[in-house]
Amino acid sequence: MAYSYQLKRVDFIFRNENDWEKVLSTTIKKKPDELINELISSELKGRGGAGFPTGLKWKLTSESKAPTKYVICNADEGEPGTFKDREILSKVPYKVLTAMAVCGYVTGAKEGFIYLRGEYKFLEEELNKAIDEFQYYCKEINLDFRIKIFMGSGAYICGEETALMESMEGRRGEPRNKPPFPTQAGLMGAPTVVNNVETLVHTWTIFKYGAKKFYDLGVQYSRGTKLFSVSGDTPKPGIYELELGMSLQDFVYEFGDGDTKAVQVGGASGFLVPRKKFRDTAIGYEGKLVGISLPTGGSMMLFNSSRSMFNVLDNYLEFFREESCGQCTPCRVGCQQLLLGIKAVKRGEKPASYLNKLLKLTETMQLTAKCGLGQSVANSFSSIVENFREEMIY
Amino acid sequence: MNPIQDLIKNLADQYGRNRENLLPVLQGVVKQEKYLSEYSMIEIAREMDIPAAEVYGTATFYSFLETRPAGKYIIRVCKTITCAMKGKNQLLFAIQDMLKIKIGETTPDKRFTLMETNCLGWCHKAPAMLINDEVYTEVNPERVREILGKYMKETI
Repeated sequence: MAYSYQLKRVDFIFRNENDWEKVLSTTIKKKPDELINELISSELKGRGGAGFPTGLKWKLTSESKAPTKYVICNADEGEPGTFKDREILSKVPYKVLTAMAVCGYVTGAKEGFIYLRGEYKFLEEELNKAIDEFQYYCKEINLDFRIKIFMGSGAYICGEETALMESMEGRRGEPRNKPPFPTQAGLMGAPTVVNNVETLVHTWTIFKYGAKKFYDLGVQYSRGTKLFSVSGDTPKPGIYELELGMSLQDFVYEFGDGDTKAVQVGGASGFLVPRKKFRDTAIGYEGKLVGISLPTGGSMMLFNSSRSMFNVLDNYLEFFREESCGQCTPCRVGCQQLLLGIKAVKRGEKPASYLNKLLKLTETMQLTAKCGLGQSVANSFSSIVENFREEMIY
Repeated sequence: MNPIQDLIKNLADQYGRNRENLLPVLQGVVKQEKYLSEYSMIEIAREMDIPAAEVYGTATFYSFLETRPAGKYIIRVCKTITCAMKGKNQLLFAIQDMLKIKIGETTPDKRFTLMETNCLGWCHKAPAMLINDEVYTEVNPERVREILGKYMKETI
């Protein structure tokens, strides 16, 4: 085997800890700079999928002199195949709330929001109870930080941080131009930290146990652990916390059903890896020294040999066509044309070479689309069409 | 004032009349009325002093803010990849057969609306569906008949 290590199960995120009051009160006794350095040295990167260094994000926001700042916990988990954030918010909400308050303390924000997707409305009541209890304790220790829930209403694109802020400002969830980045001008124009639910829980781990404990897990450039949402053709679907840097081969040995044909890493906006490439693929952020390294927001979908890759791609493209906000042409028209295109090839109305034209179209989308949605359609499209071309045609 | 005007006024009093309060107000109307009629959108625009076109534009962006009449119970079946692989079609057939409506339609008694939706985030327990805010996972045709039966008899 190319990689010698086995999958390492870890239990940080869902570990049942009842000492959030103590963690909060001791953490905010340290200096903000100290905490930022701790985060930077842990090399924690955003767990939503994009992988921006969390410490740097907090640092940039803290450096701003603006009088008002915000902390947003992004719980608009909409990527097909991801369901970890819901589990975090229902099992360990206090870790998220504590981390938000610490972020507020570090950056100087007095208000935090949890943007909860409409599909998770059933969580709202319990979460509000946890917030009430949390706020009571904040008052006790004289910490001025308020947390509110903002409900989404069923739009995948609102998971994109600037679309999320548009939505919170009462508008269509259409992504903004960057720069300015949210750390400079975010919600209502104020500097804003937007962190994924899981990222916030990792900061809790780092503040409680120290950066070293986190840094020692994972591999170079991809430190720490990650929650994986495993679904599809697997005998044990569910949520697993694993060290970053594992090879996809090891992953499939553990979770495959013995007939795994391909794995979709990172949901519909991620990459499809065929069996022949399992060994050369590692799960982590870019920058690994050997082989291909694929980042993921946690979505791992397994497909066995009974699945048609055409149907899979068709399903993804329909998803993107519906969820594209329609603001920029490459994404709006591109998604429609890709879907029409593969259907036409399948029906024999277009020659097989038409697939090459469609691949060029995804390249254009990657270069010209305004936000991550349109840019990343190319990921799944090209990895499926290039690896399973015959299934697209026959 | 009619009931809808009342409702909108109360929501605006509760959440505020600024642009950033628009989504909670829209959600509040949908919760009560099940959908946003043209009339309610115009009333919201008037109450909050926002152009009606802006209210319409915002409302139609979000898939959970219905702008067509909907029933008391909105059934949303997940159609994204894992649910599609694990039998959401059989589920849809069973529901259509039981309620005698097609996707996008509402029963004549205005109690059930059937829709498809994108990933609900229950891929490990596929297929999944929502009935209003309630989640049902690993639903097969047999179970869905049982669940809908309860809704029909109003025992939930």
